[in-house]
Amino acid sequence: MKKQRLFELDEALGFALLAAVIFVLFPAILDDFRLNLFGKYLTYAFVAVGLVLCWGAGGILSLGQGVFFGLGGYCMAMFLKLEASTPENTAIQSTPGIPDFMDWNQITALPIWWQPFHSLGFTILAILAVPAIFAFILGTAMFRRRVGGVYFAIITQAVAAIMTILVIGQQGYTGGVNGITDLRTLLGWDIRPDSAKVTLYFVNGILLFACLFVAQAVRKSKAGRILIAMRTAEDRVRFSGYDVASFKVFVFCLGAAFASIGGAMFTLQVGFMSPTLVGIVPSIEMVIFCAVGGRMSLLGAVYGALLVNWAKTTFSESFPELWLLGLGGLFIAVVMAFPNGLAGLYQDFVRPHLGFLHRERARAPAADQSPAE
Amino acid sequence: MFSGYSMSELGAIFAMQGFAGLILFSVFVLMALGLAIIFGQMGVINMAHGEFMILGAYVTYMVSHVFQTWLPGLFGLYFFVAMILAFIAAGLLGMAVEWAMIRHLYKRPLDTLLATWGLSLILQQIYRSVFGAREVGVTIPDWMMGSLPLTDLIEIPINGIFVMVLTVAISAAVYVMMFRSRWGQQVRAINQNRVMAGAVGIDTERTDRLTFGIGCGVAGVAGAAFTMIGSTGPTSGQLYIVDTFLVVVFGGAASLLGTIASAFTISQAQSIMEFFLSGSMAKVLTLLAVVGILMLRPQGLFALKLRK
Amino acid sequence: MSDNKKTPANPLKSGPNRRAVLAGGAALTASLFTPKFLRAQDFPTAAVNTTGLAVTDDTVTIGILHSITGTMAISETGSVQAEKLAIEQINAQGGILGRKIEFIQEDGASDWPTFAEKARKLLVNDKVASVMGCWTSASRKAVLPVFEQNNGMLYYPTFYEGLEQSPNVIYTGQEATQQIIAGLDWVNRTKGAKSFYLLGSDYIWPRTSNKIARKHIENFMEGCEVVGEEYYPLGHTQFNSVINKIRLKKPDVIYAIVVGGSNVAFYKQLKAAGIDMTKEAPLLLTISVTEDEIRGIGGENIEGAYACMKYFQSLKNENNRAFVAAFKEMWGDDMVIGDVTQAAYLGPWLWKAAVEKAGSFDVDKVREASPGIELPTAPEGYVKIHENHHLWSKTRVGRAQADGQYEVVYETEDLVEPNPFPEGYQ
Repeated sequence: MKKQRLFELDEALGFALLAAVIFVLFPAILDDFRLNLFGKYLTYAFVAVGLVLCWGAGGILSLGQGVFFGLGGYCMAMFLKLEASTPENTAIQSTPGIPDFMDWNQITALPIWWQPFHSLGFTILAILAVPAIFAFILGTAMFRRRVGGVYFAIITQAVAAIMTILVIGQQGYTGGVNGITDLRTLLGWDIRPDSAKVTLYFVNGILLFACLFVAQAVRKSKAGRILIAMRTAEDRVRFSGYDVASFKVFVFCLGAAFASIGGAMFTLQVGFMSPTLVGIVPSIEMVIFCAVGGRMSLLGAVYGALLVNWAKTTFSESFPELWLLGLGGLFIAVVMAFPNGLAGLYQDFVRPHLGFLHRERARAPAADQSPAE
Repeated sequence: MFSGYSMSELGAIFAMQGFAGLILFSVFVLMALGLAIIFGQMGVINMAHGEFMILGAYVTYMVSHVFQTWLPGLFGLYFFVAMILAFIAAGLLGMAVEWAMIRHLYKRPLDTLLATWGLSLILQQIYRSVFGAREVGVTIPDWMMGSLPLTDLIEIPINGIFVMVLTVAISAAVYVMMFRSRWGQQVRAINQNRVMAGAVGIDTERTDRLTFGIGCGVAGVAGAAFTMIGSTGPTSGQLYIVDTFLVVVFGGAASLLGTIASAFTISQAQSIMEFFLSGSMAKVLTLLAVVGILMLRPQGLFALKLRK
Repeated sequence: MSDNKKTPANPLKSGPNRRAVLAGGAALTASLFTPKFLRAQDFPTAAVNTTGLAVTDDTVTIGILHSITGTMAISETGSVQAEKLAIEQINAQGGILGRKIEFIQEDGASDWPTFAEKARKLLVNDKVASVMGCWTSASRKAVLPVFEQNNGMLYYPTFYEGLEQSPNVIYTGQEATQQIIAGLDWVNRTKGAKSFYLLGSDYIWPRTSNKIARKHIENFMEGCEVVGEEYYPLGHTQFNSVINKIRLKKPDVIYAIVVGGSNVAFYKQLKAAGIDMTKEAPLLLTISVTEDEIRGIGGENIEGAYACMKYFQSLKNENNRAFVAAFKEMWGDDMVIGDVTQAAYLGPWLWKAAVEKAGSFDVDKVREASPGIELPTAPEGYVKIHENHHLWSKTRVGRAQADGQYEVVYETEDLVEPNPFPEGYQ
C-alpha cells in the first residue's frame, strides 16, 4: 500500500485558509469584545473536531462530550481557583486560603484531591490524562461488548446526566450550580483584561491547529482508514483480523482529550467554569456544531462551531424570544436537507467549479463562512 | 440504619416506601411505554418525547378551563375527557411529524436523534409563545387529590392509585394491540424484517405512521396524568427525558416486558435508596448502577433474540 | 397568555390604558415624593457622563438581563415585567435628569456563560449606564467579575444566600438572614414549634439558607431541634420518599426551600399524601414560594402554608395598591406579583434616586451616592440602602390561601438590617 501524504493540495489550502481566517481576518475585523466571543466559540471547535474523529470517522456518536469538556474545564478552574485563593484574598473567610465556596460549605481544609492542582504541570497533565483515562474505561467496557450506535449515545447521555448531578450535588468540592467562579490569574498573569483575552484567543487558535494536525495525521494513518472501513462494514474489518474495539477506544480517547483541551481553554477565555457546560444540552449542541459543519470534515467542524455559535449570539441579540425556533429549525434542516453540512455543500456546489484550478478555490470557502464576519 | 424506629414504624416504613416505589414505577412505565413503542419497535430515538408529554399536559389544562367555564357540574369528570383528547392531540402531532420528518430518516437512527432534538426546541418555544413562559396550574378535581388513611402512619394517595390503575390499563391496552391485533403483528413483523414484511404485503409506511402516532399518543396520556404530580411548563418535558431513555434501554429496547421490568427495578432501587440516603445521592447511585449494568449487559435485561 | 412581550399590552387597547398606567405611575410618586421635574439642559451631558456611558442629551440607556428562554424563564419573566413598568413610569415622570430611559434587553437563556457574555456585551459594547438583571445566584456569580472589571452597576432582585458584597451590585432582594431568622422566631413564638425538618433543592441558596436556619434553631432557639435535612436535585419530580420520612419524624415544621418545577411536584404530592397544611400539623414554612410559583402549584394545593418574604401582593398600603393596579394595567389582569417581582421593580427607582442624588450617571458617583438612599414609594412600604449595598426592609409572614394570594399574618416592627456575613452563622 502506498503511503498517503499528510495533506493533499486542496486540504493544505483549506488549512491555510482557516489559518488566515482565524489569525488574520477575525483579529482584523472584530473588536476586542467580539474577538473574545469568537475565542469562546473556538473552544467549542475542539470538541467538534474530536467528534469528527469519533462520529464522522469512527461512527461512534457520543452525547457525553460535555463531560470531557467539563473535566478539562474543571481541572483548569481548580488550578486557577487555588491561585486566586491566597490567604490575603480570602482573609474574610473563616478558613482563609481555601476557595470561597468551600468556606461557604463549612469545609475547613483543602481536600486531598485538590492539593496537586497547586501545580500547573500536574494540571496540564490532568487535563490531558483524566478525560482520556475516563474515556478509556468507558470505551473499553462498551466497545469490547460491541455496544454501539444508539445504545452508546444513550449511555453517554446518562453519563452526562450523572456528572451534572454529581457536580451540582457535591458543591463543597466543586462549587455546585455556581461552578468555579472569580478566577483571576495564571501564574501571576491576569487573565481578565481584554488584552489577555486577545492573547488567549491566539493561544486557542494555535492549540486548535495542533489538534487539527493530530486529527489529520490520524485520519491519514492506517488507523484512520481502518476506522472508515469499520464505519462502513464493521464485521468485515473484524473478520479481517483487526481488533475493532481498540481502534474505537483509541479514537474515543483522542476525542475526549480534544474536548478536554477545549474545556480548559474555555475556562481561561471565559473566566469561570460551570456545570451548565457538562450536561446533556451542551453535549447535544456540540454534536450539532459538528453536524452543521459536516460530520466528515475536520475543517467543517471548526466552521460549524463558529457559525452556529455566531448565529446563536446574533439571533438571540436581535430576536431573543425566537432564537430557539431558529436553532431548532437549523437542527432539522441540517439533518433533513444537508446531512453533510457545510462541507457537503462545498463538495457539491463549490468544488466542482474549482476542480480545474486549485488556486482559485482559496477564495470560495470564504462564501461558506462569510456570515461569520 | 434502622435504629430509632420501632417495629410498627418499620412495618409502616416498608409499606409506605413500597407504595412510593409502586407509584414511581407506574410513573416510569407511563413515561417509557410510548418511547418503548417508538424506540423499541421502530428504532427511532425521539428526543421530543418529553414535549409530547407536555402537549398532553397542556391539553388537560385547556380542557379543565373549558369544563370550568361551560360545564362546571361535570368538572369532576373532565380528566377522562382530557386524557382522551391528549391521546388524540399528541397522536396526530406524532403522525404529522412522522410524515414530515421521521419517515425520511429510518435508515439513519442517529440523525432522528438530532432532528427530534430540534423539534423539541421548536415545541418548547411554541408552548412558551402560546401559554406563556410561566408554569400553568392545572386544577385537579377534588376527588383525585385526597388520600385514604389506612393506619396512623400509612396513608395512600388517591392520585397514586389513579396513576397505577391507568398504568395497568394502558399497559394492558398496549399489550393487546401489540400481541393480539393485526396491527401489532404487522409492527412486529416490520421490526424483525422490514423488507420481507413489505414483500408479504404489509403497508409498512402506514404501519410506521400509526405506530409513531400511538407511541406519541401514549406519551400524551402520560403527560395528562402527570399534571397530578408534576409541573406543566414549556420546559417541564426535559425533566423526564433521561429517566425515560434509561428505563427503555435498561429493559432491552425491543421488549415491552423488559421496559416494565426495568421500570420496576429502577423505581424500587431509587425509592429505597432515597429513604436511607439524601435525594441527590440516591439519584446518582441509581443512574450509576444502571449504567454499570448496561456496560456489562448492553442488550438490557430482556433482549429479543433475532438475527440482525 | 403570552406575558413575555417586548411591548406592553395589546396594540388595540394600548392607547388609553397605557396613558392610564403612566398617569397612575406619576400619581403614585406625586403623592408621596415631591416630583422634581429636572430638565436635561440643566445637566449637560458632558458633566453628568464623564466615563463614556450611553447617555445623550435626551436619553440614557440601561440594560435588562434576564432569562426569557430556558428553564429559568418561568421565574424571571415577572422581574422583566416589573423593570419595564418602572422604566415606563419613570419616563412618564420626565425620566432621569431630564433624560428618557431606553433599555436594551438581553436573554441570559438560563445559561450562566451566556449571562457573562451578555453582561459583557451590555457593558462593553452598549455602554449601558446600569443593568437590571440576573435571578439565580449562579448567574450573578457568573456576571460579577464582568461588572467589577468593567465597573458596571447591577441591580439584583432575588432573595439570595448572602456571603457577598460587591461594590458593583445593589441587592434589592433580601439576603438570607433577613428572610430566615424573623420567620423562624415567629413560628416558634406563636405556634410553639420545636422540631424542624429542613428540605431543599440541591444548590447553594437552599443549602446556605438551611445552614443559617439550622444554626439559628440549634444555637438561638431554646429547646428546638432539627430532625432532618434533605436535598433533591433541581428538577426532581418524585417526593413520595421524603414525604414518608417527614411523616415518620413528625416535625412541627417542614421548612421547605424547593424551587422551580420541583416545587409544583412537591406540593401536589404533599397534598395527595394527606398532609393537609391548613391543619398545621405539621406546619409548612417556605422561603421559596411566591405568588408567582403558586400559579403553577395551584392555590388549592398549597393552602395553609406559610411563606416568609418581604413583600406580598396583598399588602395593604397606598404604594402597593397603585403598583398592583399599574402592573395589571400594563401586563393583564391575570398577573400576580411575587416578592422578587417587587424587588425588581425597586431597581430602576433606586438607581434613579442615586443618579439624582449624585447629579451624575457616572458609576463611581452613583455608587457613592447609593448608601442611605431612601425609597418611601416602595410597594413594600419603605426601603433604604445600607452601607453594604443591601436593603433595609421588613420581614413578613404570609399564609397561602386557595385563591393563590397570601394573607399577611405577621410583620416585623422595624426594618431588618441586612447582614450578608452574619456572625455566628458561618
